[in-house]
Amino acid sequence: MTPVLEIKGLSVDYGLGDKAVRAVREVDLTLRRGEVLGLAGESGSGKSTLAYGATRLLPPPGVVAGGSVVYHPDDGAPVDVLRMTHAELRAFRWDQLSIVFQGAMNSLNPVATIADQLTDVIQEHRPKSGKHERVARAAELLNLVGIASDRLTSYPHQLSGGMRQRVMIAMALALEPRVVIMDEPTTALDVVMQRQIMRQLVKLKQRLGFSVIFITHDLSLLAEFSDRIAIMYGGRIVEEAPSADIYADSMHPYSHGLLHSFPALHGPRRGLAGIPGSPPDLRAMPVGCAFAPRCAKAFDPCHTDLPPLTRPGDASGTDDRTVACWLHPAA
Amino acid sequence: MSDTAPPPGAVVLEAEGLTKHFPVRARGRAALTRTPRVVHAVDDVTLALHRGRVTALVGESGSGKSTVARLLAQLYPRTDGDIRLAGQSTAVKGGRAFKAYAKRVQMIFQDPFASLNPVHTVRYHLTRALKIHGKKADEQGLRELLGRVQLTPAELYLDKYPHELSGGQRQRVSIARALAADPEALLADEPVSMLDVSIRLGVLNLLRDLKERLDLAILYITHDIASARYFADETLVMYAGRMVEGGDSETVTQNPAHPYTRLLVDSAPNPERLSAVGDEDEDDLGEPPSLIEPPSGCRFHPRCPHAMAICEAQVPVRIELTDAPGHWAACWLFAEKTDDEKTDVETADADAAQAETPDAETPDTETTDAEKEQEVVS
Repeated sequence: MTPVLEIKGLSVDYGLGDKAVRAVREVDLTLRRGEVLGLAGESGSGKSTLAYGATRLLPPPGVVAGGSVVYHPDDGAPVDVLRMTHAELRAFRWDQLSIVFQGAMNSLNPVATIADQLTDVIQEHRPKSGKHERVARAAELLNLVGIASDRLTSYPHQLSGGMRQRVMIAMALALEPRVVIMDEPTTALDVVMQRQIMRQLVKLKQRLGFSVIFITHDLSLLAEFSDRIAIMYGGRIVEEAPSADIYADSMHPYSHGLLHSFPALHGPRRGLAGIPGSPPDLRAMPVGCAFAPRCAKAFDPCHTDLPPLTRPGDASGTDDRTVACWLHPAA
Repeated sequence: MSDTAPPPGAVVLEAEGLTKHFPVRARGRAALTRTPRVVHAVDDVTLALHRGRVTALVGESGSGKSTVARLLAQLYPRTDGDIRLAGQSTAVKGGRAFKAYAKRVQMIFQDPFASLNPVHTVRYHLTRALKIHGKKADEQGLRELLGRVQLTPAELYLDKYPHELSGGQRQRVSIARALAADPEALLADEPVSMLDVSIRLGVLNLLRDLKERLDLAILYITHDIASARYFADETLVMYAGRMVEGGDSETVTQNPAHPYTRLLVDSAPNPERLSAVGDEDEDDLGEPPSLIEPPSGCRFHPRCPHAMAICEAQVPVRIELTDAPGHWAACWLFAEKTDDEKTDVETADADAAQAETPDAETPDTETTDAEKEQEVVS
């Protein structure tokens, strides 16, 4: 599959100079056409920062310290998002790449109707469209996410949380972007609603053919709904593999620990331990592997050398996975 | 821990027919014309907390589960029903009576970032709790308290401010503060949902350990039914202010009877289900109802795929199920058929029909027993 978004060596700092805290460290990540890429990790692992850094949405004091983010449009030459001018960026966002924000339920404007907010997006990017055309498109979008179009005249407070979330998804799809980034889109919702929205999303993806970067801390949700999963810890990606492989045979001890932090609803009941210790302090990162202080399997090189993210030598079968751990050195 | 034969723990705290209605403020003309409306937050909830047992209360947001905890903690006056502490009916409203009650029933809140005072140290929080409940607040007492929640060595934590601690450590401090009163019952309102996933289990395991060592009765409120299975001995399911099902956790999660519990179990993320896009027909199952004008009869009937005429007309009663002792559901699907008008069970699917037959020898019983034996002693 061809890549649609290639992140290379991206580093993101909060603050400048000596006081800078590096939240994302030289991350390489490729989103392929038509796939759902899950980005998992605990809070503070840099997963949201990575997404906002790559789309130039980071509010100060966030600064992109280096790297490139290459977008491959369906037709035309690849472009580096980090080098776009403001006008280019404005045209690129929402048209090619859109975001459903964390707590999207509260990102709707409370004093404007759903129709106003949906047509606003279209008007901005398609200034030649007529008013009726835009309203018709807005109604179509609502139907797409399973909301009756007579809700167009509603205000956000008249909708339930799940419906507001769907409106946000509809808005992100308004211009049929090629890439949709979803930052914990269902965390604030109940499981029943979460499931409905996820199923709808997968169906829409199949119909419209966009690619998704799905950010969440809920690994069991990702294992079910995404094609590949990248797991972040301490600002780096520690493991990346097809989701079935991660679920069945995780290689990095952190991925393993994270997977075993969710009690299972089916199968035998087991005693679970979670991961001892707490996430690392980004101001004082360990020298070697960031996970070494919490890792039960840590040995000498872990505390002194940083393991590179490479294809493990002992991977069985698939070529399509990488891991950063001295337990699984490169072939 | 041995779920299989729980010691018949004495009932510490029980609620019967607990009801809470919150008044809705009417504005403008409505204030003059309409009769005052209320939110039916909790209706007719009956539960009992046993010494040395964890009871989980599972439900979606807005189902009234937190309101139940607050009623049990006597933070709200109840509209109707009874709360009995060690068999004695109690209703306290502040003052000395409340303090005496709080000494025996303590609450742990969801957000440890908000429930600790940012301008005070751990030492202050714990000393204050010990003093209020008439305990000696010396260095040794504090050390013992922190030892109980596995924050050792105590010197490392005593003079820290909340912002210097991680989320898990903060929640441990608030558990220690609750333990300072030496309570009989702990009401834990989503104690781990604000914590990072990797440390949630640590806190749950700690609570389980405390339950065993101190013989506490714990009410564990959660929206995550998988964690209820992991942590609780007994699980109760709430929907729109009413209890819909209850029983031991393994039975409720593995053999859910009430259609709502089944929906909840089916909706939980399940990595084993690899065909995510499944062609199952359920697509839009609607949303929980308004509690100002809750649906008549069973509150789940507008969303229920098995709804019958009686579901709309009458509130279902608790019906004991035959698959496991103590398993019950408030659902008309399980009512004994008495050949009157209940012949219009047209949509009940195969497994509902199976559960309906009052047959003590269903294979279900065997599987649950086998699964219980598989449990690892933690």
